[in-house]
Amino acid sequence: MKTLVLVEHDNSSVKDATLSTVTAASKLGEVHLLVAGKGCAGVADAAAKIAGVGKVHLADDAAYEHQLAENLAPLIVDLMGHHDAFLAPATTTGKNVAPRVAALLDVMQVSEIIGIEGDKTFVRPIYAGNAIATVESSDPKLVITVRGTAFDKAASEGGAGTVEAVSGAGDAGLSTFQGSELAKSERPELTSAKVIVSGGRALKDSETFKELIFPLADKLNAGVGASRAAVDAGYVPNDFQVGQTGKIVAPEVYIAVGISGAIQHLAGMKDSKTIIAINKDEDAPIFQVADIGLVGDLFKIVPELTGKL
Amino acid sequence: MKILVPVKRVIDYNVKPRVKADGTGVDLANVKMSMNPFDEIAVEEALRLREKGAATEVIAVSVGPAKATETLRTALAMGADRAILVQTDDEVEPLAVAKILKAIADAEAPGLVILGKQAIDDDSNQTGQMLAALMGRPQGTFANEVTVEGDSVTVKREIDGGLETVKLSLPAIVTTDLRLNEPRYASLPNIMKAKSKPLDTKSPADYGVDTAPRLKTVKVNEPPVRQAGIKVADVDELVGKLKALGIA
Ligand SMILES: Cc1cc2nc3c(=O)[nH]c(=O)nc-3n(C[C@H](O)[C@H](O)[C@H](O)COP(=O)(O)OP(=O)(O)OC[C@H]3O[C@@H](n4cnc5c(N)ncnc54)[C@H](O)[C@@H]3O)c2cc1C
Ligand SMILES: Nc1ncnc2c1ncn2[C@@H]1O[C@H](COP(=O)(O)O)[C@@H](O)[C@H]1O
Repeated sequence: MKTLVLVEHDNSSVKDATLSTVTAASKLGEVHLLVAGKGCAGVADAAAKIAGVGKVHLADDAAYEHQLAENLAPLIVDLMGHHDAFLAPATTTGKNVAPRVAALLDVMQVSEIIGIEGDKTFVRPIYAGNAIATVESSDPKLVITVRGTAFDKAASEGGAGTVEAVSGAGDAGLSTFQGSELAKSERPELTSAKVIVSGGRALKDSETFKELIFPLADKLNAGVGASRAAVDAGYVPNDFQVGQTGKIVAPEVYIAVGISGAIQHLAGMKDSKTIIAINKDEDAPIFQVADIGLVGDLFKIVPELTGKL
Repeated sequence: MKILVPVKRVIDYNVKPRVKADGTGVDLANVKMSMNPFDEIAVEEALRLREKGAATEVIAVSVGPAKATETLRTALAMGADRAILVQTDDEVEPLAVAKILKAIADAEAPGLVILGKQAIDDDSNQTGQMLAALMGRPQGTFANEVTVEGDSVTVKREIDGGLETVKLSLPAIVTTDLRLNEPRYASLPNIMKAKSKPLDTKSPADYGVDTAPRLKTVKVNEPPVRQAGIKVADVDELVGKLKALGIA
C-alpha cells in the first residue's frame, strides 16, 4: 500500500503531530509525505529526514500558505490518484482538511484512529472514549486521521526521502485567510509536554489561574491545560482546553487542579501515565481515575506545593 | 437568505454510555437522548443571524428515526421556522448524511449551512467538511465568531494554536465550536407554538442517497478501566510522590 501523509508545519518547521502519523502510515505500507505551504522548501528537506519516509511531495504556492482546506483538498485528491491511503494528524488542521478530501474521493473517513488491526481495520474511540470501536473500511481508498498520543513518534532523523515538487490548481477562490491570534508561550506545548498542570472552574478568574497554576507548571517544566469550564469563563484561551472536544493529551504526569472530572474532560487525559488530582470534594469523579489524590482547598495546597518544589 | 441547520439526536451528554455486553455497540435502550450540544449552538447562531436581519428563514434538518422529530421540535421551539425529518432506522454515516444535506441544499439554496463541529456519539467531526466538499463551497470549521456581511461570511476559528480568521464567499458551510454562543432555552409558549410549525417527513430514497455503510463495525469494547489510586494526606507526601516520579 502507498500512503500519503499530510505534514503539519508552520512553513518553517515540521510539527510533532506529523511524526506519530508517519508511524501509523508505516504500519500500512510505503510512506510518502505532502508538504504544502509557502516558502516551505526547508520543511520538505527536514521532512525527508524522518525515518522511513520515501518521497516528499512539495507544493510551494501562496495558496497553500495557511492550509486552507478549499485549496489543499483538490491538490491531495490529485495525489491520491497514485496513493491508496491518505493520513493526517487529528489536529485542527487535519480535521479540517481530511473530510473534505474524503468526500471528494467518495470515501468514508476513519476519524482519530488509535490502532491498526489490518490493512482496512482500525480502532477508534467513540462516545468520548467510553467505547472503543473496531471498524473495517470497504472503500477502495482510505482517508484517516490519527490520534497522536496513540502512536510513537517516528525518529525525525535518519530517513533518506527525496523531495519532488508538485503543483496543484492553487487558489480555489472560495476563501481567504485574514489573520490569526496565536498564543506564544515559553512552556512546553500541551500535546508533547511530559508533565501537564491543568486548572478548572475552581480557579475563579484569569488572575488567580495565572498566580496559582503558572508558577506550579514552571517549577515542573510543565505545559498548562484547562477544563472547558475554565476556558468558557475566560481564565485562559481556547487552545488550553483538554477533552473530548479539545486537545487529547497523554503526558507522563497530569495534575488536575480544581477539575471535577466530567466524562468530556476525562476523554482528553485518561491515557496519561500518572494522574494526580487536587480537589476539595473527596467524591469528585476525578478521584476515580487519579493515581494520587489530595483532598483539600487548592488555594492553600497549590501555593504550598509550589513553594516546596 | 435561508440558513439550514442539521441537528442530530444523540445520547444526552450527561449520561455515561455503556457498551452492550455482546460487543455490538452502545446501549441506547431507555437512555435519555437530546440534541447534539454543538447543534444547539448551531441553531442559536442561525436564530441570532435571523434576529440581526442577516437571514430570513431557519430550517432544521435531521436524519434519523421517527424519534428525531423530538429533536426537530426542540429546534422549532428554540425558534427555527420549519423542519425536515429524513426518516430512517438505519445508522447513517457522515458521508451519507452529507449527501442527503447536499440534496436538501440544492433544493432550498441556503446562504449558510451551520452544523455542529462534532456529534458526541460517533465523534467523527466530518459531516460539515464533507458537505462543503460536495457542494464545492468554502468551510469555516470550529467557529468561535460568525459575521455575515454582504456576500461573504467571516469566521473566527478555534485552532490548536489559538484563533484564526477566514473570509468565505457565500454560500458557505460553518461548523460550531463551544464558545460561539450560549444556546437559549425554549420557553413554554414557544414549545407550544413549535407543535404547529411545519415539519416535513422524507426518506433518504427521496433524495436518491444510498445509506449503506462504508465502515463495518467489527466490535465495540469497553475501554481499559483505570483503577483509583491512593490518597496522600498532605503536601509533603505529594512532594515525595512527585520526587519519586522523577519530575520534582
Ligand atoms: C459538547 C460538550 C463538549 C465538552 N467538551 C469538553 C472538553 O473537551 N473538555 C472539558 O474539560 N470539558 C468539556 N465539556 C464540559 C464538561 O461537561 C464539564 O462541564 C467541565 O469539564 C467541567 O469543568 P470543571 O471540572 O473545571 O468544573 P466543575 O465541574 O464546576 O468542577 C470544579 C471542581 O473544582 C472543585 N473545587 C471547587 N473549589 C475548590 C477549591 N477551593 N479547592 C479544590 N477544589 C475545588 C469542585 O469540587 C469541583 O470538583 C463539554 C461539555 C459538552 C456538553
Ligand atoms: N444524522 C444527522 N442528522 C442531522 N445532522 C447530522 C447528522 N449527523 C451529523 N449531523 C451534523 O453534522 C455535525 C457533525 O457530525 P459528525 O461528523 O458525525 O461528528 C453534527 O453536529 C450535525 O450538525
